[in-house]
Amino acid sequence: MGGAAASAAAWCWWPPLPEEPELWRLVVLAVVLLLPSRGPAPEDGEMLGKGVGGGGGSKAPKPSFVSYVRPEEIHTNEKEVAEKEVTLHLLPGEQLLCEASTVLKCIQDDSGQHGICGKLVCTDFKIAFLGEESTLDDNEPQFKNKLIGENDITLHCVDQIYGVFDEKKKPLFGQLKKYPEKLIIHCKDLRVFHFCLRYTKEEEVKRIVSGIIHHTQAPKLLKRLFLFSYATAKQNSTATGPTHQTVMFDTIKDWHWELERTKGNIKYKAVSANEGYKVCEKLPAYFVVPVSLPEEDISCFQGRGIPIWCWSCHNGCALLKMSAFPKEQDESNLQIQKAFLDGIYKTIHNPPYETLKTEDLSNSFISLQEIQTSYSKFKQLFLIDNSSEFWDTDVKWFSLLESSNWLDIIRRCLKKAIEVIECLEVQNTNVLLIEENASDLCCIISSLVQVMMDPYCRTRFGFQSLIQKEWIMGGHCFLDRCNHLRQNDKEEVPVFLLFLDCVWQLVQQYPPAFEFTETYLTVLSDSLYIPIFSTFFFNSPYQKDANVGKESQDSQNKPLSLLTVWDWSVQFESKAQILLNNPLYVEKPKPDRNPRRAPHFKHQRQLSLPLNPNKSSPKRGFFETDHLIKNLLGKRISKLINSSDELHDNFREFYDSWHSKIVDYHGLLLPHIEGPEIKVWAQRCLRWIPEAQILGGSPVAIMNKVLEMMEEVQSLQKKIDEKHNSLMAPPLDGLSLLRKPARLSSLFPFALLQRHSSKPVLPTNSWKTLGDEEDLAKQEDEFVDLGDV
Amino acid sequence: SSSMASAATPKYNSRSLENDSIRRSSRDGFTRDLCEEIPRLPGETRITDKEVIYICPFNGPIKGRVYITNYRLYLRSFETDSGALLDIPLGVIARVEKMGGASSRGENSYGLDITCKDMRNLRFALKQEGHSRRDIFEVLTKYAFPRSHGLPLFAFLNEEKFPENGWMVYNPIEEYRRQGLPNDQWRVSFVNKRFEMCETYPSILVVPYHSTDDDLRKVATFRSRNRIPVLSWIHPENKNVIMRCSQPLVGMGGKRNKDDEKYLDIIREANGQISKLAIFDARPSVNAVANKATGGGYESDDVYHNAEIFFLDIHNIHVMRESLRKLKDIVYPNVEESHWLSSLESTHWLEHVKFVLTGAIQVADKVASGRSSVLVHCSDGWDRTAQLTSLAMLILVYCLITACVNCTVFKLESNTSPCFFQRIGHGEKNHADTDRSPIFLQFMDCVWQMSKQFPTAFEFNEQFLITILDNLYSCRFGTFLFNSEYAREKEKVMMKTLSLWSMINSDKGKYTNPFYTKELNRALYPVASMRHLELWVNYYIRWNTRMRQQQPDPVEQRYMELLALRDEYVKRLEEMKMTNSAKLTSPSASSSAPSQMMPHVQTHF
Repeated sequence: MGGAAASAAAWCWWPPLPEEPELWRLVVLAVVLLLPSRGPAPEDGEMLGKGVGGGGGSKAPKPSFVSYVRPEEIHTNEKEVAEKEVTLHLLPGEQLLCEASTVLKCIQDDSGQHGICGKLVCTDFKIAFLGEESTLDDNEPQFKNKLIGENDITLHCVDQIYGVFDEKKKPLFGQLKKYPEKLIIHCKDLRVFHFCLRYTKEEEVKRIVSGIIHHTQAPKLLKRLFLFSYATAKQNSTATGPTHQTVMFDTIKDWHWELERTKGNIKYKAVSANEGYKVCEKLPAYFVVPVSLPEEDISCFQGRGIPIWCWSCHNGCALLKMSAFPKEQDESNLQIQKAFLDGIYKTIHNPPYETLKTEDLSNSFISLQEIQTSYSKFKQLFLIDNSSEFWDTDVKWFSLLESSNWLDIIRRCLKKAIEVIECLEVQNTNVLLIEENASDLCCIISSLVQVMMDPYCRTRFGFQSLIQKEWIMGGHCFLDRCNHLRQNDKEEVPVFLLFLDCVWQLVQQYPPAFEFTETYLTVLSDSLYIPIFSTFFFNSPYQKDANVGKESQDSQNKPLSLLTVWDWSVQFESKAQILLNNPLYVEKPKPDRNPRRAPHFKHQRQLSLPLNPNKSSPKRGFFETDHLIKNLLGKRISKLINSSDELHDNFREFYDSWHSKIVDYHGLLLPHIEGPEIKVWAQRCLRWIPEAQILGGSPVAIMNKVLEMMEEVQSLQKKIDEKHNSLMAPPLDGLSLLRKPARLSSLFPFALLQRHSSKPVLPTNSWKTLGDEEDLAKQEDEFVDLGDV
Repeated sequence: SSSMASAATPKYNSRSLENDSIRRSSRDGFTRDLCEEIPRLPGETRITDKEVIYICPFNGPIKGRVYITNYRLYLRSFETDSGALLDIPLGVIARVEKMGGASSRGENSYGLDITCKDMRNLRFALKQEGHSRRDIFEVLTKYAFPRSHGLPLFAFLNEEKFPENGWMVYNPIEEYRRQGLPNDQWRVSFVNKRFEMCETYPSILVVPYHSTDDDLRKVATFRSRNRIPVLSWIHPENKNVIMRCSQPLVGMGGKRNKDDEKYLDIIREANGQISKLAIFDARPSVNAVANKATGGGYESDDVYHNAEIFFLDIHNIHVMRESLRKLKDIVYPNVEESHWLSSLESTHWLEHVKFVLTGAIQVADKVASGRSSVLVHCSDGWDRTAQLTSLAMLILVYCLITACVNCTVFKLESNTSPCFFQRIGHGEKNHADTDRSPIFLQFMDCVWQMSKQFPTAFEFNEQFLITILDNLYSCRFGTFLFNSEYAREKEKVMMKTLSLWSMINSDKGKYTNPFYTKELNRALYPVASMRHLELWVNYYIRWNTRMRQQQPDPVEQRYMELLALRDEYVKRLEEMKMTNSAKLTSPSASSSAPSQMMPHVQTHF
């Protein structure tokens, strides 16, 4: 039945007539081509679940590619289309590479499929479709990205390109012998574009398809990244000063500031041993180490085996990280390394005053390979080509989700962070995270620990500073992990995205605790693929400095100034930036005496006393030289067997007791990690899927109410203030970004409403097997003996 | 009395368990005080109390005292002086079982296992001496299942008083009048006034104007249990109707009935359109066909030329019951962690919810956008049919259902159909009764899913839904007792018991959704996709102390703060207007820094 209804809609010629004349005009001007379905039939085996048919047993129609518009009709309208066509906006330094006209962008809406005619272009920054401007009427919220339009895909955002040949979808690579009739582009921000090339001139098809494939797939040189052309072109224009208050951690002052903020300066010091990257190209120019560490040790092994400070807890315990030594075969070298680590160990492990627990993340935790495999399965669940694919996967949704393992990886990260917190908070031990380069899982865990423990990291600037500290200065290889240079031997490993997803879990579990919104996290994840900002396009601070000419002092050119992603005004108007701020967040009321930054130091204990006298003997987790050294030396020994039952008990006790108390949004924040509490980041993942759109609903509706109320309160406040100043109240210029008569949908603020009418989406599923309930299903139902009534 | 408790508990604790009998005989005033302390409803009487060890699945064994009244089971711990550890209406109990005994060893060997209808099990260990387990077992069995022991349900003993009378909430005639009925196509029929045509139907029915009562009686012979098609709802604009009934008695031979065929045709024509009548059979088509063997069946289009039939694939009560049982396995006492999703999927619970919602969307869509009226039935037309018609009406918010906390829909539902007695098993011992099924719970789950998807569209909150479900089992009110209006009338429910709506309407604020925004003429089509359906954690997993229970909801709290602030500002402005107009001549009156006086909203623009 559902299938029947859907097909009826799909075969109708025109969309329902819009009521506003404005809309009418746009519809008439555009060459509206109705295509029977949104996408091609996937190749066998590609479809994730084959449904048995429509809800009532009728079969959904097979998608096909018959067009109902004769080419003549298109040509008659071409002129009008050309007039209406949107001009290509080029950024400074951006160059047009190739283009094709009479391309149809296929869209699904109420009436089924239709195409918008326009031009497809490829520049050295983006792929853009220049069609008729989407129906941005006054009711639509203005959350526009200033750099990337609705129909723009940056080259780095392209995930996979498919061609449709004779209704079969095939991934496109390299040189093509045959050119497809349709191009499907899957994006890393989970958008899916369908471009029909059936009416495009053959040579234009060749040019645009091979152009797009080349520019998105061929390996790139770092120097050819668009951000350099952009920065060069922008160089003479007035540079916008860094108005953002994010701490960049590129000066020793910033580290001093952070040490002071966390009261870490008692036992830790900022060093400039790596100024000019003399010691190591992996480490930042400035970083923090234990006070007692001799500075010459840093240069011994290019920074390896050195405990580097991340953060200090209110009780003085510190979170540290260390890059392990690579595998070493030579016995004498091993001995040297062992001796070196012995010395290091003595500086930080000094029971009973200070104890240390090590956490080897490269051996006993998630591997990068797992993250990569998992995410590639996970994202596929949202890159949906057509309605039938959506409903086919719907029946098995939970098991598909589980088999991707992504939510479980998130859970494990959160759990690991809680374990580390338990050591810092309850056991009063320092924690040393160890990893091959201390720049992947170390970044996730140390950042998560700080987000959960340090309320400053839950403010916007605090969070941005944290990313600067742990990820950018921490040397996370964004360039390699995102595979921005499209090196063939590499694949995208979305470590940073995993971190953002973990933070999202906290944001949705504790809505008032963060100064930023989930929308902020979503646009931040999108910013990974915008090659304007330097933030996510280098492997290390050294690599960035070397490439902007900062290191070559002799050159007469002043170094290029690259934009940082933290300057949100580059992407969004200030009006749109409202959506990045959480209206539920309330700053911690300032205590009368203490400065705001250090409210949590009141619990600080006497560091010279033996901590936790109840624990008479170090039972587990304590530093054991042999273990540490074996781990550090990169030998793959079986993971520490430190009575896992007890570990589990401690964890459970800490976790349960925290959750039994009332949440202080300005204090320690532990996520729930039970099955039902780890969720899909729906805003990011479902935002482009019309079938998943809840019209007029979803949490957006509540946020909208809160924002409205806030506006009202503010305008009242203003009125009162003005009255106090005996001024006549001027007409209020509300921040009415959201106060719209139109209903928002769950896709807000990203996709525009894709279904304007209130027609429901009807699932087209029937039951798969019920398994062992089959017998019950056959039973005589509903017989009720009414004899005794 | 709370100071009494904290003073009393330690003293009591010091007594050894063996002194139990001495304490009982001594009967000092202090013991009585302890018992007084149990909250009791007017009409509630204490039956017994016993020392027990409560085997809490989350916190381990807890020593305490269990009190049993004719309404509730109440447990207070010896260790903590906090309130009740358990406070459960006996109606919630589905089964009481003895575990272990003389042959088994250990302190906890004399066990009692209590299965509840609200997704939990309780385990107690009792002392061997004094037959305390036997006593408590007998008392529990008797008072939890009063109907099996010739005792009245507590609802008939309850002497509570409420300012509101919930029985007045629903008046069928008024309800029909609100929908503009009767009109020139639809009339009110009293053919069932004394329930002579159909025992399970209400006394007042709305039927086509052009069908006589005699016609109705003839149609009744061809419908299972005489449940003829009657009007549930009429669309205020296009006059399409939602009709409900039971299956036609087609049988293997494919029997026909001219009266039934004619009746359906009259229904079809009543909206003044010339399109087919849409018949939604809630069952999977296989089951509909299988029902022919027992005399039932469905309206085939060979016979009913002007109708088209759609099967909605919703499974029967046995499947639903099994699904809920599986759900309980994965949430109580422990919540699956690493394989949560596939475990949840294997229960099929949300999938069933999806199919019910999908069916309701289809019914609503047909009525709202099509030109045809709709007829809904399953087999007997009281489980799935009631779910579908009620939900379809919720979707088409034209009827004020969501707008009023009085919530006509529940009245509608309980009045025209489900057999609460059978499905819930009020006060009955036979827990394995195959007719019990979580149909109403499933309906409420669907409503919850909708309220989750449209958080500003419902005037009531989650607490409202949970309270209804809790009182579905509690037997405190007469609202959900008995199967039909006939039975309720026979038992004089409205005279002898209280309505749940009396309690709810007397404390409306507690059940109101602050985000509710009134929007008229707007259909709320939920998205029946697994991407959006989620498990109702606050209902199904609420006993697990580890699960999130942020009460009150922080977003709601913040909103309430803002509301209060707004009201205060409005008041201030009013006051200022007054003083300003008074001091118009002296503007320098009070120009102290206003920002210091006003608590400004903290935000970041």
